[in-house]
Amino acid sequence: MNGLTFDIAHLLAGGLVLVSFMMLYQDRLFALINVFAVHAIVLALSVAWQAYIQDAHHLYVTAAIALIFKAIVIPVGLHRIIQRLGIHRDIETAVGIGPTMLAGIGLVTLSMVLMLRVTSGADPLAREDLAFALSIILLGLLVMVTRRNAVSQVVGFMSLENGLVLAATGAKGMPLVVEISVAFSILIAFIVIGVFLFRIRERFDSVDVGALDDYRGEHR
Amino acid sequence: MISDAAVLLWGVASLLGTAVLAIAVSRTPGSGTRLVYGLTLGISAAALLVLAGRILEDPVTPSTAVLPVGLPWIGAHFRLDALSTFFLVVINFGGAMASLYGLGYGSHEPSPHRVLPFFPAFLAGMNLVVLADDAFTFLLSWEFMSLSSWALVIVHHRERENARAGYIYLVMASFGTLALLLAFGLLSGPGGNYTFEAMRAAGPTPLVATFVLALMLLGAGSKAGLVPLHVWLPLAHPAAPSHVSALMSGVMTKVAVYGFIRVIFDLLGEPTWWSSIIVLFFGGLTAVLGILYALMEKDLKRLLAYSTIENIGVIFVSLGLALAFKANAMPSAAALALTAALFHALNHSFFKSLLFFGAGAVLTATGERDMEKLGGLIHRMPQTSFVFLVGCVAISSLPPFNGFVSEWLAFQAVLQSPDLPQWGLKVMVPAVGGLLALSAALAAACFVKAFGITFLGRPRTSAVEHAHEADRYSLAAMFILAALCLLAGILPGFVIDGLSPVTLSLIGSRMPVQMAQPWLSIVPIAESRSSYNGLLVFVFIAISASAAVYVIHRFASHALRRGPAWGCGFADTVPGSQYTGVSFAQPIRRVFGTFVFRATERVEMPAPGETRPARFNLEIHDVIWETLYLPIGKALDFATDHLNHLQFLTIRRYLTLVFLFLIVLLLVLALWP
Repeated sequence: MNGLTFDIAHLLAGGLVLVSFMMLYQDRLFALINVFAVHAIVLALSVAWQAYIQDAHHLYVTAAIALIFKAIVIPVGLHRIIQRLGIHRDIETAVGIGPTMLAGIGLVTLSMVLMLRVTSGADPLAREDLAFALSIILLGLLVMVTRRNAVSQVVGFMSLENGLVLAATGAKGMPLVVEISVAFSILIAFIVIGVFLFRIRERFDSVDVGALDDYRGEHR
Repeated sequence: MISDAAVLLWGVASLLGTAVLAIAVSRTPGSGTRLVYGLTLGISAAALLVLAGRILEDPVTPSTAVLPVGLPWIGAHFRLDALSTFFLVVINFGGAMASLYGLGYGSHEPSPHRVLPFFPAFLAGMNLVVLADDAFTFLLSWEFMSLSSWALVIVHHRERENARAGYIYLVMASFGTLALLLAFGLLSGPGGNYTFEAMRAAGPTPLVATFVLALMLLGAGSKAGLVPLHVWLPLAHPAAPSHVSALMSGVMTKVAVYGFIRVIFDLLGEPTWWSSIIVLFFGGLTAVLGILYALMEKDLKRLLAYSTIENIGVIFVSLGLALAFKANAMPSAAALALTAALFHALNHSFFKSLLFFGAGAVLTATGERDMEKLGGLIHRMPQTSFVFLVGCVAISSLPPFNGFVSEWLAFQAVLQSPDLPQWGLKVMVPAVGGLLALSAALAAACFVKAFGITFLGRPRTSAVEHAHEADRYSLAAMFILAALCLLAGILPGFVIDGLSPVTLSLIGSRMPVQMAQPWLSIVPIAESRSSYNGLLVFVFIAISASAAVYVIHRFASHALRRGPAWGCGFADTVPGSQYTGVSFAQPIRRVFGTFVFRATERVEMPAPGETRPARFNLEIHDVIWETLYLPIGKALDFATDHLNHLQFLTIRRYLTLVFLFLIVLLLVLALWP
């Protein structure tokens, strides 16, 4: 592998982490979904580049799935949901932006230290890839934890799944069946969560998950 | 040609079939009871025949069988080698005797449908544990054994005591199985080889071996009754019907000993010398504390259960000695110690079954387990008293009975300790030997009390006056066991030679061939000068006792004596003024009780002029229960109370908890050196 292919792969994976940070920064739902679409596009590029350098044609399918579903179908669907729910003006971070960004930096540091140490014998590309993937997963979890709104928790979950796909494609030889099944499960999760969102909304006039707890008659 | 292991598996299958049959017939009392116990007697006897053929022919070559059940692709492996053959003899003989006893005793059972299905299942479970040759089958059978015995413990569950006993037994049994599960997990290693053969070949690292030893002491020790894990045993064993108590005390504890020997001596490979110190320490502690508890006890069956704890201590001391000698490459001494342990296991299964049967006979006849309400039974139940006396003498390790031989062998092993190179062991082993001697002496005192208070003196309550002798099945079982106690005591050479294949396979050495010794003597080590001849001792005791009886009757009985008029030979006519169990144990309680039981005695004198009588109050604490188990219970209560808040968090906070835990795990991984 020459220097350039490695650098491009590195750039794309690093870009994915950067976009994750952008997601952390957004406090409006539309902006968050737009950034998620960018996240998916960068993921598709990264996967396609992996397909090119590994000469693994089935990875193009993965890239296409990422592009079509995650960059187009799901963001458009979420846009519609938000409009129908009328929550596009909500500011809904539970923790301040500054501490969240600092926590994100800490998580990236942790995953770098950990992954580079654990995989010390492996192929350098795979090592970097895994380290970035773990960062993205942790940042996705952080998004889920720091948001109140069910929609943004869905977005956090999906960006987490992007990290999983990145890790999977970095490791050579993952069969296509697994990726397709992961993609489908994500899609189904999206549909189910979408249905639930409307159900919650019908019942509570809000998709703030705090309303559920009020309904349970419990205190925070 | 079907292998021996497969034949025994058929035996287990027929026991399970009997259990199913018992569900159907247990509603017809009488004939159903006889049918079930008759079947278990027949199956156990058949298994004994197979095993006897094996011992006479070729006990060394293992016989294996694989069943296509259990974990996928692994199946259930079974293996019959010298060690499991010995323990199967113990189990099936105990099972046969309990069935024979049950033929008579079972007819007094008020709710036979709670006993009959589980009795054969319990026997089947114990057989399976010993036959198992992979971790999964072992654990499954172990749990099956625990659960079926639990069902037998709570047969009379409407009594508060028994329900509590069942609960504590269940908790402790689950804890023990958890420890065993972890031990086998460590042994199978990251590769996940669950067969014993693979574990034997793997050879664990010293660290793993240490953990496995600790876990086996917890797992097998809690089932066997090692102090301080013994708390369930004196509650659960007496709660079951008496023939089941006999099985649990006499046989199930031996299954636990088998598990310990199988893992520590067989699967773990070469032991380290300091691991023996741990085993010796807990063995010695168990022996002394067990018998001290027994001395304080006034419930006959609980006294027997505590005495089981003492005997388990003796067995574990011998096992610890065997470990110490094995680690120091002293094979003949190790073979001696291991033989002592196994011989004592066999003996204990004989006399503890006998004593529980006797206690059951007393319970049937009088409805009482409290010794302080018995007394004078020797006139109503002469045959039961006789065999109970034989059991008491045997368990007090007095010659010429079998208990003496195995304890003597254990002491002979203790006497080999000056040859050990480590100073720790040189100091430790004689100290433990001292504990062993102390517990033997206390055991004798304890069984003088058990026999004397229950069978001698005068009846203390009217229940005793109407007692009647036990039925013929029960008596047959007890007489067979008593005869075996005597036979194993006067002809121990046969047993020791029968045990040699076991020591050969586990240690690679054996005791000298005893049958080659002149005059049926036994010698522990070829070059040592000490030897014991049970037959000569028996003959000597018989002659001197007859002579003493003759002299007494010839000269004393006929001589004229003077006593108080109208006293009928008694100083005081009130039965309550007799020696009681509590007063008998008082000197020993004064010596050990203040330290071990925090016993306090207080005399409340009435004020001058007051008419109420003076009272004597005795307070005894179970220190282990109060300092070890109650705090755990309290901590658990406290934790569950406070963790209750976690029920009422928001979804986001649950997510945060999971997230933080993940971060902590990753941090641990990152900082791990």
